[in-house]
Amino acid sequence: MASLIKKDTLWRHITVLVPYLWLLVFFLLPFGIILKISLAEPVLAQPPFSPTFDETGALSVNTDNFAFLFRDKLYALTYLKSVLMAAAATICCLLLGFPIAYGIARSDPRTRSLLLLLIVLPFWISFLLRVYAWMGLLGNYGVINNFLMWLGITAQPIQILYTDFAIFLGLAYSYLPFMILPLYATLERMDLDLVDAAMDLGASRTTAFWDITWPLARAGVIAGCMLVFIPAMGEYVIPYLLGGPDALLIGRVLFDEFYVNRDWPLASAVAIMLLVLLVVPIVVLQRNQARDEEQAI
Amino acid sequence: MRKQSRFILSVLAFGYAFLYLPLLSVIFYSFNDSRLATVWGGFSTRWYGELFRNEQILDATFLSFRIAATSATLATIFGTMAGLMLVRFGRFRGRTLFSGMITAPLVMPEVITGLSLLLLFVTFQQWFGWPGQRGFSTITIAHTTFSMAYVAVIVRSRLSQMDQSLEEAAMDLGCRPARVVFDITLPLIVPAMVSGWLLAFTLSLDDLVIASFVSGPGSNTLPMYIFSKVKLGVTPDVNALASLFILIVTVTLFTAWFLTNRRARKV
Repeated sequence: MASLIKKDTLWRHITVLVPYLWLLVFFLLPFGIILKISLAEPVLAQPPFSPTFDETGALSVNTDNFAFLFRDKLYALTYLKSVLMAAAATICCLLLGFPIAYGIARSDPRTRSLLLLLIVLPFWISFLLRVYAWMGLLGNYGVINNFLMWLGITAQPIQILYTDFAIFLGLAYSYLPFMILPLYATLERMDLDLVDAAMDLGASRTTAFWDITWPLARAGVIAGCMLVFIPAMGEYVIPYLLGGPDALLIGRVLFDEFYVNRDWPLASAVAIMLLVLLVVPIVVLQRNQARDEEQAI
Repeated sequence: MRKQSRFILSVLAFGYAFLYLPLLSVIFYSFNDSRLATVWGGFSTRWYGELFRNEQILDATFLSFRIAATSATLATIFGTMAGLMLVRFGRFRGRTLFSGMITAPLVMPEVITGLSLLLLFVTFQQWFGWPGQRGFSTITIAHTTFSMAYVAVIVRSRLSQMDQSLEEAAMDLGCRPARVVFDITLPLIVPAMVSGWLLAFTLSLDDLVIASFVSGPGSNTLPMYIFSKVKLGVTPDVNALASLFILIVTVTLFTAWFLTNRRARKV
């Protein structure tokens, strides 16, 4: 009997250890390495950064990369622009996503499952190809410009592709489902009689919305906003394909710093700074999810 | 069912049009005979034919499918283990760190994950001489790491909804914990594992940024090939490829939807 129990604890240990070690090695350790390299100096070598301990064995730490990020206005502007772009996309997704999620949650069950399917479907189609689809729509001789010229609204094509507006459209389009799904999940749980009761007691439609629907949907709003904002901050494909050559968003700057300038330490420092910016939204999201889970039980 | 307000209906219509118009326009232009992708040159299916004659696309697709199948299988195994330990094992040392590590990849920007993993592989190569070449193995490891988080979320939510009485009954009857898991818990969460596998497969097939970081010269996945082509603008054969993607996904999802709906109505 004792040996049987021992065998079971062994099995239990394996179940715990395998995923645990995997994540330690391939998720946590890499962040340590990024941090280490962000404190190195760029050198012309393979790999192109100085070792943490020099020949004499002394620790060599170089904070120039971070100092450079703070000194150079370009980087501050890039971070600011990424935040603004991601925030604008998040707000647009919320304004569009809330009524959509509300409409889906209030439709009859069979239509509802079809409507949900149509929201999830784009998820399964390649992200890259969905962004690509906008290139065909927005181009100078793309669908939208051709249509506008056919209507006679404009004689010359309007430059939409390769502008900041195109990046904004691409972000809002790609991340809209991430907003709708958590909103739908909370709105669907909501008791509609509460709204009716409030309106019976004389509340206007607007009052009922702000006093009842909005507070009850809060967990979904927070989850949706964070799920759009966080990945949008580091987006690389959308600014590259839809933005102009000077569309400096942080994900793209990181990529270029790494591959074009081959400055690995600076690229690592850019990544660390992006992570620092994202700590607050990530913590907000995790807290919100934990609270929501507790309430659901 | 109460009637929807006119405002909600018009936003719904606008929202779905916003989601689907770009896809429809790609499908429409994939049948365009002209080499200039945005000028209509008559109906033709020649770009579809060219897809199947393009060796680079076929090679890249084959590599992508191999990576997707391997990483989805690994991610399902590890993700299920992670879900089990989070829901069924109670408190253990390092639980907070673990639940943080398993949810963080869900929101981590791809550029950070990609860069950090590449630097890890470079460091490993300095220390251990492995991996000698970056390609299939490194991309598979990277994809397993982020998609096991998705599998863990799905398995976890299924497990926490599940009634524990069956497992408790088996234990009361003297079944060993390991047997309980294999004979009772796992068969009950198979649907969650299947959807986790499918999601992991799709995520892997979809990923461009992380794969670009951790792959070496000569190994191009399908998204990497597509990206290198569309960087320069719209091309007709990518239109055809995108349309094929849309067609396969739509048919699969609608079939699944139809089958589950029919089963739900029978019950």
